[in-house]
Amino acid sequence: MKELIRKLVESVGPSGYEHIVRDVVKDEVAPFADELRVDALGNLIVRKGVRKENGLRVMLSAHMDEIGIIATHIDENGFIRFTMVGGVFPRNCPGGRVRFMNGVQGVIGTERTESVDKAYMIEQLFIDVGASSRADCPVKVGDVAAFDRPMLDLGNRLVAKAMDDRISVAAQIETLRRLSDTPHEVYFVFSVQEEVGLRGATAAAYGVDPDVGIAVDITMTGDTPRGMKMEVALGKGPAIKVRDGRMLSDPRLIRHMVETAEKAGIPYQLEVLEGGTTDASVIQLTRAGVPAGCVSIPCRYVHSPSEMVDIRDVQHAVRLLLEILSNPIPL
Amino acid sequence: MKPKQQSVTRLPLIGARQVALLEKLSNACAVSGDEGEVRRIVQDELKSVADEMKHDALGNLLVIRKARTESFLKVMIAAHMDEVGFMIVDKEEGGLFRFEMVGGVSKSHLAGKAVWVGTKHHYGVIGAKAIHLISPEELKSPISLENLRIDMGPGGSDHARVGDRATFATTFRRVGPSLIGKALDNRLGVATLIELVKHAPMHIELQAAFTVQEEIGARGASVAAYALQPDLAIALDSTPAYDLPDWDGQENTRYNTRLGFGPAIYVADAGTISDPRLISFLVATAEQYRIPYQIRQPGGGGTDAGAIHRSRAGVPSVSVSIPGRYAHTPAGLCRISDWRHTLALLYHALQDITPSILETERRMP
Repeated sequence: MKELIRKLVESVGPSGYEHIVRDVVKDEVAPFADELRVDALGNLIVRKGVRKENGLRVMLSAHMDEIGIIATHIDENGFIRFTMVGGVFPRNCPGGRVRFMNGVQGVIGTERTESVDKAYMIEQLFIDVGASSRADCPVKVGDVAAFDRPMLDLGNRLVAKAMDDRISVAAQIETLRRLSDTPHEVYFVFSVQEEVGLRGATAAAYGVDPDVGIAVDITMTGDTPRGMKMEVALGKGPAIKVRDGRMLSDPRLIRHMVETAEKAGIPYQLEVLEGGTTDASVIQLTRAGVPAGCVSIPCRYVHSPSEMVDIRDVQHAVRLLLEILSNPIPL
Repeated sequence: MKPKQQSVTRLPLIGARQVALLEKLSNACAVSGDEGEVRRIVQDELKSVADEMKHDALGNLLVIRKARTESFLKVMIAAHMDEVGFMIVDKEEGGLFRFEMVGGVSKSHLAGKAVWVGTKHHYGVIGAKAIHLISPEELKSPISLENLRIDMGPGGSDHARVGDRATFATTFRRVGPSLIGKALDNRLGVATLIELVKHAPMHIELQAAFTVQEEIGARGASVAAYALQPDLAIALDSTPAYDLPDWDGQENTRYNTRLGFGPAIYVADAGTISDPRLISFLVATAEQYRIPYQIRQPGGGGTDAGAIHRSRAGVPSVSVSIPGRYAHTPAGLCRISDWRHTLALLYHALQDITPSILETERRMP
């Protein structure tokens, strides 16, 4: 599974430009899919199974996009000014490297400031791709890029950019592969534009029209020195979301997930996330409303170019999803 | 893509008639939620050419030009009719009225400006303390809305009531190659869409949505797209140009758009990441017909596309704007050439577009 994760996290796919990632996912899922389509916004929608007695139409959603940057101006000396796509922290940018969709790589530099203790504003940053003039700069206004960094394998812990949310993409692919018998009509959605406002899942959920929705996404942790106060920790199993900034999970679904994990002996944690949200929040509000929940994979250093997850949490998340999908979901 | 000879129409031009129509549109008052005056102008212009014309529950005017072919794309173009402005919220003695702002207006643009109030355009002024009376201390602090009133004079008490809208009282003018007026955002788009409806090709269904309440969150476009269910959409708007030299002689890196550089094609704003297939189609069209164009600097702001692309199961969308300086102030300024080139770009794009544009998945070409 590590090789699949590496392939996914090292692909470039900022919001709105997920096609490279989608091609990777498509190749992986095609042999296991009963039906596969790409919708108007670029969501990859993969169906497995037909609805049997006691079955529901279940939508899973993991987003393919990652945070990134977009070029706003090329100056006369070939430096690229940029703004963010999604929740990029300017403090994580200086010295970082980026890769544009066309393969061009560059490094992020900073204007000189008077005070060293003040955080940079995005307007004070620029990208240097080695050009010396506007004319020889291989990047145009409107070109998008993602942070560029190879995956680091620390054994149980993996570090990479875009773990948010390729790790869940990997988990959904693995779940699809191993799902042999299900009473449900399961739609594995690999969604787009989550980082800019859950836009892909909004459209996908309308199109799929599910009976129940489960997002698979990362969540933050409270287990680093002087970090945020939060119960979730790396290595203690997938987190069953109770609440986040924009959603209250359906209590029946929470209870069912907890009971399923306990019966199968899968470690799990309960998650209350103060800020942030997932695709589940828009699935919940689709059409006349959909019971929704979320299986989260704990992740440190979220929205930095070095996001860390524990592979065992991922494997347990896959097991939990398989148990949920292989049995009736009481609602 | 090759131009198709499917239509008998010819490239519409911006002449005296079009400028006169824009003048009428610019001088009309249509603050968000009260778009009737502009809607009536559009209705009059298009009732003889429209195959269908519908005035929906929120006040959008939906004008359809049907396809004359068997298979066709449904192309929605949205231009919002509303403008930013004010709403009267309280009546005081002697023709004085308290007001709130509607949409994005800066308080620093208010004091001392003349306004038109209500559907009859009654004249008033946003009063401000004369410089003679302002203490040096007061000069330093920003003006608060609490201290401002619309003053319509002692006879004006009967001319306005709570809920009435008001706009800056700026009369449209042509000045050489430029046009100056209020609400060019987005009467420019409305005037352009009127021409596109009049010169629609026969191989597509053109769904022209003259929308309401864009300035307060693209509310009209949201329901218009739900009703129309287009195959793809273009938001036609006006976007700020801040293309002035930097005061310290440094290169201006944050201009948004530049006057005279042609239509501004959007890649990303706060509400939408444009469909790359549509961006490259518009760019290819501009290059083929040698129409100047610019890529709007990605960043904040939003258009009707932000609501349209999320409609139902998703709609491939892009925005095109006519650049204009000083948007949302009492007087905007634009170039006729940018208007002409925007009309030309969209005219040719509609002529040449085919269903093949959506045959490939959303991706960069």
